[in-house]
Amino acid sequence: MAREGAAGQLHPGAWWLWAIGLGTAATRTTNPLLLALLLAVSAYVVTARRTHAPWARSYGAFVKLALAVLAVRLFFTVALGSPIPGTHVLVTLPEVPLPDWARGIRLGGRVTAEALLFALYDGLKLATLLICVGAANALANPSRLLKSLPGALYEAGVAVVVALTFAPHLVADVRRLRAARRLRGRPDRGVRGLLHVGLPVLEGALERSVALAAAMDSRGYGRTAEVPVAVRRTTAALTLGGLLGVCAGTYGLLTAAGGTYGLPLLGAGLAAALGGLRLGGRRAVRTRYRADRWDGRAWLVAGSGAAVAGLVALAAVRDPAALHPGVVPLAPPVLPLWPAAACLLGLLPAVAAPPPPDPAEEPS
Amino acid sequence: MIRFENVSVTYDGADGPTVRGVDFEVPEGELVLLAGPSGVGKSTVLGAVGGLVPHFTGGTLSGRVTVAGRDTRTHKPRELADVVGTVGQDPLSHFVTDTVEDELAYGMESLGLSPAVMRRRVEETLDLLGLAPLRDRPIATLSGGQRQRVAIGSVLTAHPSVLVLDEPTSALDPAAAEEVLAVLQRLVHDLGTTVLLAEHRLERVVQYADRIVLLPAPGAPPVLGTPAEVMAVSPVFPPVVELGRLAGWSPLPLTVRDARRRAAPLRERLAGLPVPGAPAPPAAVPAPRPAPGSRWRRRSAPAAAPAYAAEVRGLAVRRGRVPALRHVDLTVSPGETVALMGRNGAGKSTLLGALVGLVEPSTGSVRAGGAVPHRTPPRELVRRVGLVPQEPRDLLYADTVAAECRAADRDAEAASGTCRALLSGLLPGIGDTAHPRDLSEGQRLTLALAVVLTARPPLLLLDEPTRGLDYGAKSRLVGLLRALAAEGHAIVLATHDVELAAELAHRVVLLAEGEVIADGPTTEVAVASPSFAPQVAKVLAPQRWLTPAQVREALA
Repeated sequence: MAREGAAGQLHPGAWWLWAIGLGTAATRTTNPLLLALLLAVSAYVVTARRTHAPWARSYGAFVKLALAVLAVRLFFTVALGSPIPGTHVLVTLPEVPLPDWARGIRLGGRVTAEALLFALYDGLKLATLLICVGAANALANPSRLLKSLPGALYEAGVAVVVALTFAPHLVADVRRLRAARRLRGRPDRGVRGLLHVGLPVLEGALERSVALAAAMDSRGYGRTAEVPVAVRRTTAALTLGGLLGVCAGTYGLLTAAGGTYGLPLLGAGLAAALGGLRLGGRRAVRTRYRADRWDGRAWLVAGSGAAVAGLVALAAVRDPAALHPGVVPLAPPVLPLWPAAACLLGLLPAVAAPPPPDPAEEPS
Repeated sequence: MIRFENVSVTYDGADGPTVRGVDFEVPEGELVLLAGPSGVGKSTVLGAVGGLVPHFTGGTLSGRVTVAGRDTRTHKPRELADVVGTVGQDPLSHFVTDTVEDELAYGMESLGLSPAVMRRRVEETLDLLGLAPLRDRPIATLSGGQRQRVAIGSVLTAHPSVLVLDEPTSALDPAAAEEVLAVLQRLVHDLGTTVLLAEHRLERVVQYADRIVLLPAPGAPPVLGTPAEVMAVSPVFPPVVELGRLAGWSPLPLTVRDARRRAAPLRERLAGLPVPGAPAPPAAVPAPRPAPGSRWRRRSAPAAAPAYAAEVRGLAVRRGRVPALRHVDLTVSPGETVALMGRNGAGKSTLLGALVGLVEPSTGSVRAGGAVPHRTPPRELVRRVGLVPQEPRDLLYADTVAAECRAADRDAEAASGTCRALLSGLLPGIGDTAHPRDLSEGQRLTLALAVVLTARPPLLLLDEPTRGLDYGAKSRLVGLLRALAAEGHAIVLATHDVELAAELAHRVVLLAEGEVIADGPTTEVAVASPSFAPQVAKVLAPQRWLTPAQVREALA
């Protein structure tokens, strides 16, 4: 009997919900200890459950990006100063005198420990959020997620998938052509080298797109089913009417006068648009091969993320001081017990999710 | 199954029709080979079967093409997707998804088959093509032969009655090509699939064909017949056929086995004769080659270092954690031609890359033309070593041939006009105003060769130079490279083409998994290996003849 879902794979949506949950929790706090705990949780789950596929390597790239964000945040605090009042001066940079019209902007000057610490906490929050997105990327195949889109949006999904597979080709092309510049006796490094290969790389990408389009066409992409005229017209009317309803409803909500009709109109518009999408799906003949199934394990993984987000958000409301430790006066942050325990719930997927296939079984 | 009725195709902006008067029929369950020199419109004929010509490419098609009773005029390619499976020249540009299993299912999803049917067909196809161990692998990590099989599988799952393939084995090593052809053979025999394929390397496919459609020249009407009939008149033919024509055998042999059974008298006639023009190492420079790994002999060998055009000692290269080359020793003397052979991914291109400084060695030393390649500035290096890459187009940036030649003179600091003079000498008839992209494969390769030779490097490297070349372009290339070697250029070529190696190389170096597994004169190494022996060597073994040209000369 046909088994649904690729062997031993979790629904990619579950991983994304889990990661978004951790990310939401990270936005609710600036406590470095809690943020570090969230980072450790995501890193542990990624190491325990990621596969050997190319996209699984994106975690490292996201970590580097997060570190870069942190560094930029600290650099701006040092260079441009900070509104945080502080007394512990670490170093005083020479201050650049600026003309009158630039009053309020400072270049150089005092760098205080408080300002640096505040920037660190703030940057760490953003870095954690980025790393959580990276974790989702590493754990779930992005193109499998797109396969779960509704039928009417299938074309858009394919466009994204094709774009995703094109990026690596483009990078490989740039590398190959820069190497070829060396063979012509021209320097292969530097910005000039990169600019000169631009045109050939674009030409190559264009040619490949045309070849891919031909291949997709001859493999049946874009075959449509015969749909009765009445259904086609209803689809168009529903989609257009729905979009108009959404626009009018939003306008109503935002203006003072339209408070009464805004919400119902928005709701009706949304319903009509969704109906249009659903009817539109009838035109597409395509079916899905081994669509991912949302099973108990997916519930557990997604639920653990939601629990972390919910509990940390609750803690942020009930005990804001613990989750947003002050920097003036300087004091070491304290780890709040209950929110920390909530963060640990995020470890559940490390046990609940199916383990990745053993690399020893895969032929290399 | 496929029916062409007086078909002519004229592309927009072309002076005349690309193909004219094409009129033939392919019955169900036959494997038909489309042969002919480059530029006669083979790809156009293949495209017309799937409806890509003219629906996708534009142009005008007169006459009528019907496939399984469907007229391609009224059916778009997507509406023929369930009867025609098309695999283009480059399998990579054919893939829509990123893993093997999804790729196999893609076409069926578009056709709207039920999930249970899709699942069954995917499993069947995985088994049929031997892809089961690769089912979860990302396509980017597959080898060339595996990719080609996945591309074939991806169109097979839709159960097409016609399979159309454009050069399915050109980019593959001999073993991988056998693998793909065995699959095609099985489809034709077991499933009754009709296969139409175009291929330049006739020596690989001609024995599998039931019939051949020959396009003899651009715009000329096709010749149709059994392989033996068509090969008797064809302007393109594999070495075994050339040998048969020389010996006057009729009907012509198509396989090594056929030829061997008739070759006994020929072998007798050739028994006492010396092998003429056998590429022997140039006598001028003795090349003492210590056995790899034998340190004692290396130390005792005379220090003849400056005599080598290229010298590689104990070279290892790692790519990430994967070793691409391990402990490779290689020396090339001026005037010597060396063929690097081995599977796809054996490290041939990496070795060439190391010789030209694109790849930095992890351990060991590399000297090319007296310089350490990866430490020499590019401007200086072009005068010591030149590489024509696998895709000659990568070397060409300008939008006319004349501009390309001027840029090459500037890069090499050569007298103006050097490159143009070289190009005219190598291959007359390439116009100044032509765009490098519009040239044929052979012309483009020659232009890239001229660009590289402008700096007169003593060491010349070529990566897969015969990919996409027909026999005419190939023999011109052979003549060219022989002349360069006679002038004292050392030439190293990485190739899958055993016939090219047999014609050109003094020495063959076999690589496997990044190691040199054999290194010696072509007659010894090539003849000893079943997959790397040229056809003539197989027919006339144990005698050491390699090419039809040698036999012709000896008999004359």
